[in-house]
Amino acid sequence: MPDVQSMVAEFVNKLRKRKIEGSQATAKCTVELLRSVISHQRVPHANQAAALIDAVKAVGQQLVAANPVELAVGNVVRRVLHIIREEDLSLTTAAMAGLDLLDASDDDDIDNCKGIGYPAMSAAVVAAAARSTLRPPSLQTLLEGTPESATVPYTSSSGADSESKTADKSSLTRKLKHDVIEGVNQLIQEISGCHEQIAEQAIEHIHQNEVILTLGSSRTVLEFLCAAKEKKRSFRVFVAEGAPRYQGHLLAKELVARGLQTTVITDSAVFAMISRVNMVIIGAHAVMANGGVIGPVGVNMAALAAKKHAVPFVVLAGSHKLCPLYPHNPEVLLNELRSPSELLDFGEFSDCLDFGAGSGSLQVVNPTFDYVPPNLVSLFITDTGGHNPSYMYRLIADYYSADDLVM
Amino acid sequence: MESRRNPRAVVDPKVRQVGFFTSSQPDSSSTQQQQQQTDPIPASASSPPVSTISPSGNSLSPVMIPPPRLNSSDTFPLRGAAAGASSAVSPSSFSYSNRRDFPDGSTTASPGRHSRGSFVKSSTPVASSLPGIGMDSMAAAKSSSVPASGLTTVSVATMPPGLAEKASGMEVQSDQKKNSKPLKEKTTKAERRAIQEAQRAAKAAAKADGGKVPPGTSASVASTSVKVAKPAKPSTQKNEVSVAAGVTEKKGGPSEKDRKKDAPHPRMQYDDESRVVKAKRRAVVKQTEAKNRVELFRHLPQYEHGTQLPDLETKFFQLDPMHPAVYKVGLQYLSGDISGGNARCIAMLQAFQEVVKDYSTPPEKNLNRDMTAKISSYVSFLIECRPLSISMGNAIRFVKNRIAKLPITLSESEAKAALQSDIERFINDKIIGADMVIVKHAVTKIRDGDVLLTYGSPTAVEMILLHAHELKKKFRVLVVDSRPKLEGQLLLRRLIKRGISCTYTHINAISYIMHEVTKVFLGASSVLSNGTVYSRVGTACVAMVASAFRVPVLVCCEAYKFHERVQLDSICSNELGDPNAISKVHGREDINYLDGLTNNANLQFLNLMYDATPSDYISMIITDYGMVPPTSVPVIVREYQKEHLLV
Repeated sequence: MPDVQSMVAEFVNKLRKRKIEGSQATAKCTVELLRSVISHQRVPHANQAAALIDAVKAVGQQLVAANPVELAVGNVVRRVLHIIREEDLSLTTAAMAGLDLLDASDDDDIDNCKGIGYPAMSAAVVAAAARSTLRPPSLQTLLEGTPESATVPYTSSSGADSESKTADKSSLTRKLKHDVIEGVNQLIQEISGCHEQIAEQAIEHIHQNEVILTLGSSRTVLEFLCAAKEKKRSFRVFVAEGAPRYQGHLLAKELVARGLQTTVITDSAVFAMISRVNMVIIGAHAVMANGGVIGPVGVNMAALAAKKHAVPFVVLAGSHKLCPLYPHNPEVLLNELRSPSELLDFGEFSDCLDFGAGSGSLQVVNPTFDYVPPNLVSLFITDTGGHNPSYMYRLIADYYSADDLVM
Repeated sequence: MESRRNPRAVVDPKVRQVGFFTSSQPDSSSTQQQQQQTDPIPASASSPPVSTISPSGNSLSPVMIPPPRLNSSDTFPLRGAAAGASSAVSPSSFSYSNRRDFPDGSTTASPGRHSRGSFVKSSTPVASSLPGIGMDSMAAAKSSSVPASGLTTVSVATMPPGLAEKASGMEVQSDQKKNSKPLKEKTTKAERRAIQEAQRAAKAAAKADGGKVPPGTSASVASTSVKVAKPAKPSTQKNEVSVAAGVTEKKGGPSEKDRKKDAPHPRMQYDDESRVVKAKRRAVVKQTEAKNRVELFRHLPQYEHGTQLPDLETKFFQLDPMHPAVYKVGLQYLSGDISGGNARCIAMLQAFQEVVKDYSTPPEKNLNRDMTAKISSYVSFLIECRPLSISMGNAIRFVKNRIAKLPITLSESEAKAALQSDIERFINDKIIGADMVIVKHAVTKIRDGDVLLTYGSPTAVEMILLHAHELKKKFRVLVVDSRPKLEGQLLLRRLIKRGISCTYTHINAISYIMHEVTKVFLGASSVLSNGTVYSRVGTACVAMVASAFRVPVLVCCEAYKFHERVQLDSICSNELGDPNAISKVHGREDINYLDGLTNNANLQFLNLMYDATPSDYISMIITDYGMVPPTSVPVIVREYQKEHLLV
């Protein structure tokens, strides 16, 4: 147990000091950390799922607080919570199917198994409620005519604390943890494999002799372009250098190493060159629920230019980048200002930076991210395929449960 | 607005005047105002009331075109008094060239700036700063503005009176055709043959009719031949015009020459191998072509940078055909010591002044022709050092025009003096004076509490900001910069020295800071006649984001930089900078991803110097002729460029 604590503390520290950056790296670390949290979590016999959820939530809150801009962390925590709820639900429904046949009276332990603990209701109602919040409404639920009270705000975990009665109950509890860890492992695989999944679709989008503009350094974009190259498509890539971090240089280096025709342009030349570009492909930092994109700084400029010239603006995003939050003033609230030293040499301008009398004051703004509103995005390519910006909210509903949106 | 609307009701509305018309009515103020409403071009014969010029309105929308010779004619009576007093503030001390040496910040205290502060109080802006212009030039300016009425061109006015009346009918027709003609590109062989045949046919027709043609038919012949000539390039146009002239009897020479120059020559295309080889044979500067060229920009010169300079420096003392002043300016262009449209133009003109001063006509040669040839060779040398800016092209056009127009009766020394003073006047009137007028106009648009954004380091905008600060306006400046030149840092330092609070950022962050901006001030290298602003690369991005955030974009550009060329994108004509400037990040040793990759065949670096901002992003262009929307640029080009060539 203490080693989990120290692991969490260490990771929080890394996040806070921005030692670890990039949505994929953070997502992977987070999910691995959560897996060990779950596996080390001592589960009581009763109310198992609730215990797991509480543990994951507690850790998740720390992580999110450490770097609120790294939205992938929150996304992954929500995904894990969703996995716990799903596994719990499937176990419950399985158990209930059995129990319903035998005896309808012990809805008591079903209630216990339900992590959140809905107020005493018939099992059918609980299950239907859970289903309706998580799944698209099925014809059956519509026919059953369950009232919308299914989504009533739940009271805190129910006081009903009966002991487990049956032997199959305990096996059921062990199964829950096992299933959850299985699910988390799947999530890890999904996160590390999202590049390949996205890259597989490259051939459908990149044509012979195209000119592609990209911005910033994204592993997804790199794999995407290389996948098209491997399929014997020849095209050229313009890379905006992405001052002041010069991630574009990094990307250009790797593209050249893989034998792609690469041209490095300055960020200011994006508008000038866009008229000869067939497609803009960027990797997102996060995708918001409204279909807006948070990407490396300068992306909004490229998106506006692409819109002006009717050039498709394609965003590549693994599913761990889908954020279930709707943005409010994202340019400011979901942004981060970096050191001025990346822009100005302190040695040259130190005399201007003090607010002495007589001379004007100097401020330096160096944001990290940029927000692209959904109307500028033509297409999202995720590991599940291509989607419109307007469809993002639906995708998000598949991945997250509504209860976890606010952590 | 109200005062304008009233006279409209009074004036009889039956006579509807559309397009060009010479005002036959008496010079009443009511007709003028109506003209201004129906047509943005003021009839130049009548000078609009001064009240319309005064930039008192603070709103952005009104468009004002002050009379063409505002500077001189308004301040004319004061000139005599001011000329003596203002000898201390000579315009040459207005330092464009030494604005690079920022560490000591001496440029900010140059007397040129002080003079600007003073002129507002004394309201004699140009008089105090232009002592070099004498009474004679004033008279010349007056006379040149008089004949430019309606469509009868200036060239017609210079014709012998007997011919003028015969020619004028035809003149107007062909003139309209010429003006409406689109930009010419290269022609194919077949097209050229078609043109020749058309010419032959026209000639034959003219011979058959034996000169006794009724004017209607001859006009039609002329018009058809002009129509055929549409895809012709300007050199074939010369023949064309002569055919037209043959039909209508012999006309005065200079008018055709003028019009021939109207259509801009196609630029040198560097993907045309035969021409490149030809140009290389003539070249003074030995340039090695860049190995790793960007395919898309093969039509632009792409040379290895940094190799020519030492080579040229060693040649400095053995130069034969080149004038040392020109050579020096060329080297400064090459090394980047002089940059910025105005500074480059002034440096070139001053070098030409030196050339003129040291010039002596070789025996058995004509001054006009020989000097034009000399200037042309100097210009091609300067082009080898760095491609000309459009403003420089305009200035060269002016100089050549002045040389061509020199009366043969003048002695050599007189001609030289006249030329020198002409060039001096161009510098003072069209560049320095224009900047002052722009400052005066633009300052009215700055209000307390404004947050102004500027990009790069435009000289005109800097003057505006400093002047507004001197007027004790309270505003904040956002300086947006971009790699690789980082000119914004120099501007930033100068503004802070003066006590203006600034925010500095890079161009990628433009959408982050655009929320707080109230106005965007941009400079321009040139304004093209379709309203496109050709400027430092990145300007288009800034203008685009600004218009996306509904922030007005004001472009400050002197009218001598306007050009009748049109351009839709930034690729067809541009200038390429040193590609190595991109791979190396100055002052950031940790960014070295691309070290050792510069010679990789798969990797190119593209260092564009300019881009073209579409006119729909621009709210207003502030020029020395007033504040106009981008749609009025062709009007200014057409109406004022001729006068500007004549001065």
